Amino acid sequence: MWHEDERNPNVTTASNNSDSLVSLRNVHFSIASRRIIDGMDIEIPRGGVTTIMGPSGTGKTTLLRLIGRQWVPDSGQVIVDGVDINRIGRDELYALRKRMGMMFQTGALFTHMSVFDNVAFPLREHTHLPERLIRHQVLMKLQAVGLRGARDLMPSELSGGMARRVALARAIALDPMMVMYDEPFTGQDPITVGVIMQLIRMLNDSLGLTSIIVSHDVAEVSAISDKLYLVAGGKVIDAGTPAHMQHSDSEWVQQFMNARPDGPVPFHYPARDYAEDLLEVAT
Amino acid sequence: MIADRLQALGSLVIDSLRRFGQATLFLMRALGGFTDMLRKPHLLVDQLYSVGVLSLAIILMSGLSVGMVLGLQMYNTLVDFGTEDSLGPAVALSLVRELGPVLTALLFAGRAGSALTAEIGLMKATEQLAVLEMMAVDPLRRVIAPRLLAGILSMPLLAAMFSAIAILGSYLVAVQMLGVDEGAFWSQMQAKVDLYEDVYNGIIKSVVFGIVVTWIAVFEGYDATPTTEGVSRATTRTVVYSAFAVLLLDFMLTALMFGD
Repeated sequence: MWHEDERNPNVTTASNNSDSLVSLRNVHFSIASRRIIDGMDIEIPRGGVTTIMGPSGTGKTTLLRLIGRQWVPDSGQVIVDGVDINRIGRDELYALRKRMGMMFQTGALFTHMSVFDNVAFPLREHTHLPERLIRHQVLMKLQAVGLRGARDLMPSELSGGMARRVALARAIALDPMMVMYDEPFTGQDPITVGVIMQLIRMLNDSLGLTSIIVSHDVAEVSAISDKLYLVAGGKVIDAGTPAHMQHSDSEWVQQFMNARPDGPVPFHYPARDYAEDLLEVAT
Repeated sequence: MIADRLQALGSLVIDSLRRFGQATLFLMRALGGFTDMLRKPHLLVDQLYSVGVLSLAIILMSGLSVGMVLGLQMYNTLVDFGTEDSLGPAVALSLVRELGPVLTALLFAGRAGSALTAEIGLMKATEQLAVLEMMAVDPLRRVIAPRLLAGILSMPLLAAMFSAIAILGSYLVAVQMLGVDEGAFWSQMQAKVDLYEDVYNGIIKSVVFGIVVTWIAVFEGYDATPTTEGVSRATTRTVVYSAFAVLLLDFMLTALMFGD
């Protein structure tokens, strides 16, 4: 802890009033000598919906884990609300995480708890509210995602889309400053995709959140995002508004935005010469 | 060739030591969560039910069976020498010193230990542990500590119940079926079984086994590769490592307690 008149050494030159809520600066990250992120710079503006897109396996989810300090980068800085998240102690990290919500790809609901108890969990852990007020809070959050009537169901009784909406209600239970969404549309039917899209935008605007989405669903995220990042090969390829990305000159961007099967991301996995391969089999 | 083998052996030793170090740090952090149970006792009560109460059936059934077999086998041996009246203390000493703590620990590893590993491993695979972290809740204090404490508390109680029901089983066979004198059975047991030397040492063994088996179970779950195969392997490791640890520790503790 520090006094007001002392400068917190973990607060970087980007003050809390910066336009960016989250900044990744020259971040490198590897898993078992395999380079996942190779010098990325990303700025997440406050109050907006920012989407990080990219082909599968390019480290999009890794970025969310680095922002939440579930993983620590090999080098570079991750600044969240003016604080270098990798230079703070456990107590400060947990205080910061209480202001960060995250919706995991699977929902990650606690399977032994009802929908109500899942949403109430962070409130019971981190507040001293009486149960009557917790009930009000939970019902309000469930109403916001349209599942107040499902409060007594168990996670095993929910569809995939419902589970994600419950996870979203739980992520906003503590009224965080930001919510991170890991592949929120993957594997969902069109109606559920529409519901989740609407919820992300509506909650972001009505609660004054900052939203970070990791996804490869171009049409969906283009419709609700203020800013898009395209990442591939561990680097940022391009960034800008959805309109900017649609008209980008980059071959990478065009291949991704227009779902072309071949291009900078090749159709074929690297292999030896096709004819040589066939001849060897023949002999 | 020899250099390669030496290198592989060295690598194995270093990896084992590293993993033991990780498990020790994991244990230390989980122990720090025991104080949370004072504020949230329901966390411990839930786990005492899951780890302890749900293990009762297999412990009691096994205890009764072991006691009956012991009674029968010892009678067949002792009756040849006309010393069947010593059956009571022979059975009781075998149970409270050795068989009670050891067999209970092995059964506990198979029933509760494997369940703990699978549960925690699946929580990891389904990102429930990660979501706890992101909600600023330490999984070691919220998930691991209650299970660890429940295992440590349950083991000596289960071992005591195993020994008690086994003695009852041997009584049923030896006294009720084979005609050993009831007075001799109980009075010799009372005279020969020492509270400090035998019963307390048995309790110490079961507490040590409880710590080790539960520690292995929760660590293997927490450290499991978060896939179906990873959880399966971790569950198998829990049972195998626990069995080795219990048998090795039993020899060491027996040598310390009863060796001259």
